[in-house]
Amino acid sequence: MNFVTPDFMPVMPEIFLLSMVCIIMIIDLFVKDESRGATYVLSLIALITTAFLSFSNFSDQSISTFNGSFILDPMASILKITICIVVVGVFIYAKDYLKDRNMYKGEYFTLGLFGVLGMMVMVSAGNFLTVYLGLELLSLSMYAMIAMQRDSIVASEAAMKYFILGAIASGMLLYGMSMVYGVTGSLDLATINKAVSGADRVVMSFGLVFIILGVAFKLGAVPFHMWMPDVYHGSPTSVTLYIASAPKIAAFAMMYRLLVDGLSGMHADWQMILIILSVLSMVFGNIIAIAQTNIKRMLAYSTISHVGFIIMGVVTGTQAGYGAAMFYAIVYAIMSVGAFGMIVLLSRAGFEAENLEDFKGLNQKSPWFALVMMAIMFSMAGVPPFLGFWAKLAVLQEAVNSGLIWFAVVGVVTSVIGAFYYLRVIKMVYFDKPVDETPLQASMDIRLTLSINGLAILAIGLYPTALITLCMSTFA
Amino acid sequence: MFSNLPLLSLVIWTPIIGGMLVLATGSKNSIEAKVLALLVSLATLALSIPLYTQFDASLASMQFEELMPWISSFHINYHVGVDGISMPLILLTTFMTVIVIIAGWEVITYKVAQYMAAFLILEGLMIGTFAAMDAMLFYVFWEALLIPMFVVIGIWGGPNRVYATIKFFLYTFLGSVFMLISLLYMYMHAAELNGAGTFNIQELQKLPLELTPQILIFLSFLLAFAVKVPMWPVHTWLPDAHVEAPTGGSVILAAIMLKLGGYGFLRFSLPITPDASMTLDWLVILLSLIAIVYIGFVALVQADMKKLIAYSSISHMGFVTLGFFLMWKITENTGSASGIVLGLEGGMVQMISHGFISGAMFLSVGVLYDRMHSRMIKDYGGVVNTMPAFATFAVFFAMANAGLPGTSGFVGEFMVIMAAFKANFCYAFLAAITLILGAAYTLWMIKRVVFGPIANENVENLEDMNGREFFMMLVLAIAVLVVGLYPAPLLEVMHASIDNLVLQMGTKIPALP
Repeated sequence: MNFVTPDFMPVMPEIFLLSMVCIIMIIDLFVKDESRGATYVLSLIALITTAFLSFSNFSDQSISTFNGSFILDPMASILKITICIVVVGVFIYAKDYLKDRNMYKGEYFTLGLFGVLGMMVMVSAGNFLTVYLGLELLSLSMYAMIAMQRDSIVASEAAMKYFILGAIASGMLLYGMSMVYGVTGSLDLATINKAVSGADRVVMSFGLVFIILGVAFKLGAVPFHMWMPDVYHGSPTSVTLYIASAPKIAAFAMMYRLLVDGLSGMHADWQMILIILSVLSMVFGNIIAIAQTNIKRMLAYSTISHVGFIIMGVVTGTQAGYGAAMFYAIVYAIMSVGAFGMIVLLSRAGFEAENLEDFKGLNQKSPWFALVMMAIMFSMAGVPPFLGFWAKLAVLQEAVNSGLIWFAVVGVVTSVIGAFYYLRVIKMVYFDKPVDETPLQASMDIRLTLSINGLAILAIGLYPTALITLCMSTFA
Repeated sequence: MFSNLPLLSLVIWTPIIGGMLVLATGSKNSIEAKVLALLVSLATLALSIPLYTQFDASLASMQFEELMPWISSFHINYHVGVDGISMPLILLTTFMTVIVIIAGWEVITYKVAQYMAAFLILEGLMIGTFAAMDAMLFYVFWEALLIPMFVVIGIWGGPNRVYATIKFFLYTFLGSVFMLISLLYMYMHAAELNGAGTFNIQELQKLPLELTPQILIFLSFLLAFAVKVPMWPVHTWLPDAHVEAPTGGSVILAAIMLKLGGYGFLRFSLPITPDASMTLDWLVILLSLIAIVYIGFVALVQADMKKLIAYSSISHMGFVTLGFFLMWKITENTGSASGIVLGLEGGMVQMISHGFISGAMFLSVGVLYDRMHSRMIKDYGGVVNTMPAFATFAVFFAMANAGLPGTSGFVGEFMVIMAAFKANFCYAFLAAITLILGAAYTLWMIKRVVFGPIANENVENLEDMNGREFFMMLVLAIAVLVVGLYPAPLLEVMHASIDNLVLQMGTKIPALP
């Protein structure tokens, strides 16, 4: 077997990001606490440049390199750009929060960037090993980020819980992969896909179940959701921001790579499993969220219900369905980063705006951010003209097109149930008197980013054509 | 002259953009916000007048049509237009919004800019709902208008406002999501038949559908529109919402938002699912009659004036839905198609008239409430002694509400009852009973509130209406009288469109020549 130099061009963004993280890590060693801003700015530059490289790397065809273990296709490029932009938002929101809590260290940013690298690898994976590599890079970064606030008992508990459960899920995933490998004799997703038809159904089905289990854990679909509320709640908000947004995009990509690129021959088998996961997620996510008083936990359950919708798009097994699910994942990340951004906005040194009560009377303190919060909440509830409505519409449309009308009905009914707890937040923001009169103390960059975030939810909602077309054409 | 202007879009977007500007004035200087809001609403009213003057009443087709691609992946277009059914409702909306802005002038002191902005944005969204010719555009407007209404009831409402507004939102939201699924189903069906899906309402009206899907679609529409109308038994949100809403909110709710439901029946249910409408017309007629009679009795026992008017609204809207769904019973009974148009147009006139009358009734209660801060009938009595001008108008609107000939309330109800006579004597009998009931509950309320000796010293200290209140009442009284005495212009504009609607359903009405 002779060695062929692989084509490095498709991997340029990842290579660049990896080099940058290493450089930032070294620079950070020599930077004093008061000039930590250097690390922050460099991280932002690294992310923006990576997004730009991914953009310039865009190709209409699917290019594979490293013997098929790395794939660059339109989906990968779009998702990578989105991930980078979302994480830029996360870093901007997190900066002041970290400063106020004495956590403004280089580790947050380097770990965050390693996580981004992991996500990008997951998004471009063409091989079981690459999937796993990316997944573990992301997961390990997140475990460490959660545990960074080491004096906090809840954070340590969250990190421990996440680590143990995540390790089990990874183990399950590996177990499933090994079964599929045993039957098909390959780790390459494209090769596996060709071999599915002649493979032993029983072992393949076993492998499939374990793989779905691993994916469902990462997505946080019911009944593999138990970690999410605790982790969202326990982590410092700066980290919750991160966990709740971009990794869900990566998890969607992982689901797509494994189930569609690798196992689309078993669509009939995984469709039924995913329908159950999706229905359970939508029902339980929305109902349990009603009982929450902590907004981070509430948003965790709301995430679970959104995951149900993302899965609904994949279930259809059509190109347009994958496009709709991808659109939903992107929209979800934009809304979620905005929602957690609002929590950061209301928090200040020595005060965590974690409870729903803390949102009371926001309209009196700042009518503008009350409006932004309203846009985010209505968007999550799926009320037009906000962005979230179009995401739900795209997914429902494909569910109806595939003849799964009852599934779409479950989706809309649970959305109505879900609307209740979003409305309750708006009620606190607009209808209640503030509990404390302390004015908002957030700095200008957070205010600006959050305003852009909120306006994006409205503006893209009014004219979603470009984004929808982009996502739909990805799989055509 | 104005043919190049996208007139309809201007009418939709002027209040929305104006509302955002009002919002931007902030809450520091409320007079700026008020003046700006009034100007915007007047401008919108002025812009909407050419919709009437340049409307060609002889055409049944859509006029002032605008078509632009919006979301090409789903074949959703920004497609607006008006016909004889939607145009009067749009004028009603622009007219009532001016009244509502004036009504809030001195009364609202908290977050004035937000209040005015909410009503302007609401106005634009409601006009958009009436004008939308694309089902998804319709749905977007239809849902989006819940947001400003939710905020209006929740911020400026009465003590139990949070309960009322969340109930209002969830009720209507649940009602309409099933409509969304139906629309998606028809989109897919159109894609299977014609190769490309469509949300164009006129295309959907031509879509051939089997009876079973039609019935399911009809039921989902019924749920969406029945909640908005509201029909018994999904009416329970309305009394709560009305009681807790500020006066302006009640006026808009009663005068326009309820009409969205009736409009939906004419635009969606009847033409898109004619077979199912025929199969299930008994259901709508039954629910309408229950609303007319039973809710009439419920209104009789109310102790709260706003609640009484809310229930009276439900009862009066029963005439609207009754008039819309009489056509098959008429042809079955008489073998001829005469009377069909009478029922449909009666329902339409009833909607317009109810818009004026219920708006005026809620304003009357608002006038009293602003002085006494009570809506309870027992707190009043002998108001005529201290507020003679107010009493005159209150009695006049009460008479109109009871359907006195010469007022607009009479025209619609009379037409519907005439149509009902052709369908079935029992329907007409039951509907006519309500005229007595309506007179009973409205006039009894007036008797207890307005007439009699002065009940307490609060009433004794009442001051009569000021110029602003007098002006609102006067304008509405004129409108009620004009429609009542000379409804011909109103009937003329809707005639061609209603005929067309009947024609469209022609094959589905057995005895139609």
